[in-house]
Amino acid sequence: MSIGFDEILVRCRIERVVLETWIERRWVLPTPEGGGYVFSETDVARVALICDLSREMALDDEAMAVVLPLIDQVYGLRASLRRVADAIGALPEPARAQLRAELRKTPRTKR
Amino acid sequence: MRDPYEVLGVPKDADEDRIKKAYRALAKKHHPDLHPGDKTALAKFQEIQGAYDILSDKEKRRRFDAGEIDASGAERPPRNFYRAYADGPGGDGAKYHGFGATGPEGDIDLDDLFSMFGGAAAGARGRSSARGGFKMPGADVSYTLRVSFLDAANGARQRLTLPDGRTIDVTIPEGTHDRQTLRLKGQGQPGIGGGEPGDAYIEIHVEPHAFFTRKDTDVTVEVPVTLDEAVLGAKIEVPTVSGTVSLTVPKGSNTGTTLRLKGRGILDSRTKSRGDQYVKLKVVLPDAPDDALTKFVEEWAKTHKYDVRGKAGMR
Repeated sequence: MSIGFDEILVRCRIERVVLETWIERRWVLPTPEGGGYVFSETDVARVALICDLSREMALDDEAMAVVLPLIDQVYGLRASLRRVADAIGALPEPARAQLRAELRKTPRTKR
Repeated sequence: MRDPYEVLGVPKDADEDRIKKAYRALAKKHHPDLHPGDKTALAKFQEIQGAYDILSDKEKRRRFDAGEIDASGAERPPRNFYRAYADGPGGDGAKYHGFGATGPEGDIDLDDLFSMFGGAAAGARGRSSARGGFKMPGADVSYTLRVSFLDAANGARQRLTLPDGRTIDVTIPEGTHDRQTLRLKGQGQPGIGGGEPGDAYIEIHVEPHAFFTRKDTDVTVEVPVTLDEAVLGAKIEVPTVSGTVSLTVPKGSNTGTTLRLKGRGILDSRTKSRGDQYVKLKVVLPDAPDDALTKFVEEWAKTHKYDVRGKAGMR
């Protein structure tokens, strides 16, 4: 399902020029279409996240430029880890058991 | 829903600025997109938002303080958070992982991940590891092996066919006990990239024997004897785990009489000493008593009453 530019402005209660700036800075990557843009559900959720960060948590643009790439790295790493976990899941049980034993040996950091 | 003052951790008379500060601190701590692995973050964040919606709005706050509305009036409509899309399979979240979106260049590469644990995934991308490839010891494997009572007692060699078609000869040491695990070094899964092979662990299941039973290194066997052997005494042949031996049945033995054959049990691999064999006698009458025996017992019983069940406490 895709959503148009104007609908995003209403949904997220932001100014046109603000969203244009975010797209320019590649903080949001909607799909160009017919001279405008369409937004996927992911793009909409991302706009909402950036709104939260800027409005509710008072991050300015400088801080946003630091925080967003870090968030992207976290999600990128999670996706990669999931691939690794899936690959491990496909190994025969003895190999998985050995891996579990190894992981138990590593000291865990407390949260 | 909980009291909004309690949720934000502010006193009833907190000013706007204090409420805002408390909200921001909690929002940073619990925003679901900033804590993708925390399952409780979503509920906590929504509670914080609901509380802030009431306390940040002068009119709503006044009405809440006056008891006109309760805290549940402020719940926001459900919203889809970024984390639901960002790292899941199938979505388009991956376009943001490449730091092409927000950073200069590059992508998260599984090679980078593997290099963290001591080797590269593959040289296929033209980036072979300086550390010389992925090396990992083979996995250990476990099997169970059924062994006959006497093979376990005396030791044996047995061939085990593995699920992958390989066969290994397993030496079962003398005195092996039930559920004992033998370790065969290097007989597990082969290592990866020149790593050491794993070990095979074989759990021995000792099958029961028709007449021997075993407790640790001692063996018990029940041996039937005839009426005359029991009454008059005799020298009989009895089986042990290591062959037949002769045994003297004393005169006047009975069912349940237990005789010990010292050192005829099973070898203790640690102390190198042998257990004993206990022979429990069982008096057996002839299949069909003949007239002579019947007549004799009739006469004998008239003058030799004896109370067996009373002695056993059944009366």
